[in-house]
Amino acid sequence: MSPLTLITGALVGLAAGYLGSFMVLRRMSLVGDALSHVALPGLALGLIFSFNPFLGAFAALFLAIVGIWLVENKTKLPAETLVGVAFTLSLAIGLLITPQPELLEALFGDISTLGRMDALWGILIALGTIWLVASIARSLVLGTLSEDLARSTGIATKKVDFLFLLAVALIVAVGIKIVGTLLMGALVIIPAATAKNLAHSLNSYNWMAGILGLVSVLGGIYLATHYHLPPGPLVVLASAALFLLSLTIKKPTT
Amino acid sequence: MTEEILLQADKVSVSFGDLCALHEVAFSVNRSEALAIVGPNGSGKSVLLRSLLGLVPYTGKIDWQPKVRIGYVPQKLAIDSEFPVSVGDFMSFKTHTHTKIVTALESVGITGDHHHLKKHILNKPLGTLSGGQLQRVLIAWAIVDEPDILLFDEPTSGIDVGGEETIYNLLHKLQTKHHLAIILVSHDLNIVYKYANRVLCLNRDMICYGVPHEVLDPASLRQLYGGEAHFYQHEHKE
Repeated sequence: MSPLTLITGALVGLAAGYLGSFMVLRRMSLVGDALSHVALPGLALGLIFSFNPFLGAFAALFLAIVGIWLVENKTKLPAETLVGVAFTLSLAIGLLITPQPELLEALFGDISTLGRMDALWGILIALGTIWLVASIARSLVLGTLSEDLARSTGIATKKVDFLFLLAVALIVAVGIKIVGTLLMGALVIIPAATAKNLAHSLNSYNWMAGILGLVSVLGGIYLATHYHLPPGPLVVLASAALFLLSLTIKKPTT
Repeated sequence: MTEEILLQADKVSVSFGDLCALHEVAFSVNRSEALAIVGPNGSGKSVLLRSLLGLVPYTGKIDWQPKVRIGYVPQKLAIDSEFPVSVGDFMSFKTHTHTKIVTALESVGITGDHHHLKKHILNKPLGTLSGGQLQRVLIAWAIVDEPDILLFDEPTSGIDVGGEETIYNLLHKLQTKHHLAIILVSHDLNIVYKYANRVLCLNRDMICYGVPHEVLDPASLRQLYGGEAHFYQHEHKE
């Protein structure tokens, strides 16, 4: 595998873990998981009408996050149920319309077929989303702690929420190439769950989740090449193994 | 003493759908003044505070002095002990200057040497603090950037009486020392008599407004709490 592909994988893992740490704080684990399923029909449309599948995936994800944002901000409906219904529905539709030969790759990803241009875009988007989320991190966490408190200090919480979801949509769209639509949610959620077991300050938690995402991707790719298996599932297995390991390590007490 | 007006509210009303939560409330707050808002549960006290902060839509007029700095202490924070935000993280949302953080914590009665503060307070997750400790941290957070006025929403439960007493002593000290104005939602009329310059009685409508000793008469208390208001004012030596 080319060094460029590895760098892309590592940075996308870093970004997915870092962003995921905020998803978990906001109790959006399930949303994060189901969100990645939405990408499938978009991806399929890209394959059918031969435009960049990444754009299709992102377009579908963008619609989904606008939906989540509207449900969260404009209605009193619980997002979870709606997300569960709408997102699995889109997975079903995606399964029907994705061309057979590409289906397996769409579901489980294959970073080894990553083109040069896509790799560069991946790097750019990974760094861009990290920068974006790092710059709104304070507002994001404060808004999670207490929306009133955040708004009382002049934070436009709705705008911050939207920017965050946009970053999530971008990184999920990119990450699909690595672990696929079925497993991308895991790459966002598991590193954060692991970091939560280990870290006890905000900064260490956020960045530990990022590093764990990075290690999971590189470890998964290494195992995949070594045992001639598809990388997507192994990336998720690697991150899950780290999670299990974290359960055995006692969190430093204060 | 200057009679500088920080806040003037006129005919402030709030409705949620068909439900009227607050009806035509009018009052003002001067610099270094303590205004207490009292009333039974669901009388619109917290709603009034939140509308002053622009957190709920209202009708009427709320005029803050231009460039006024507002500190807000909410009733509670919904966090679990696993939430990886320490007291230090929380304070650093407002300022990264360590001395400012320490000064703010000291003025709410959280003191200790460098080691103690760091190990037992700053590194402690917010969700593991006791109710009283958390409230002190919330006050420290509100005053760390030296506001002109503090909006304090008293928790309905969870803090023992002894603890509450000291919180009010503390607010009173802050008020006199930093010329801080305070708007305080309270359930305890003793606190109101002891610390407030003015009181606003709410039961969706404004029942009374003025100096506590003058306006908190049996008639308005009955109107406020309904039926028999079993309240006797204690004698205080000023």
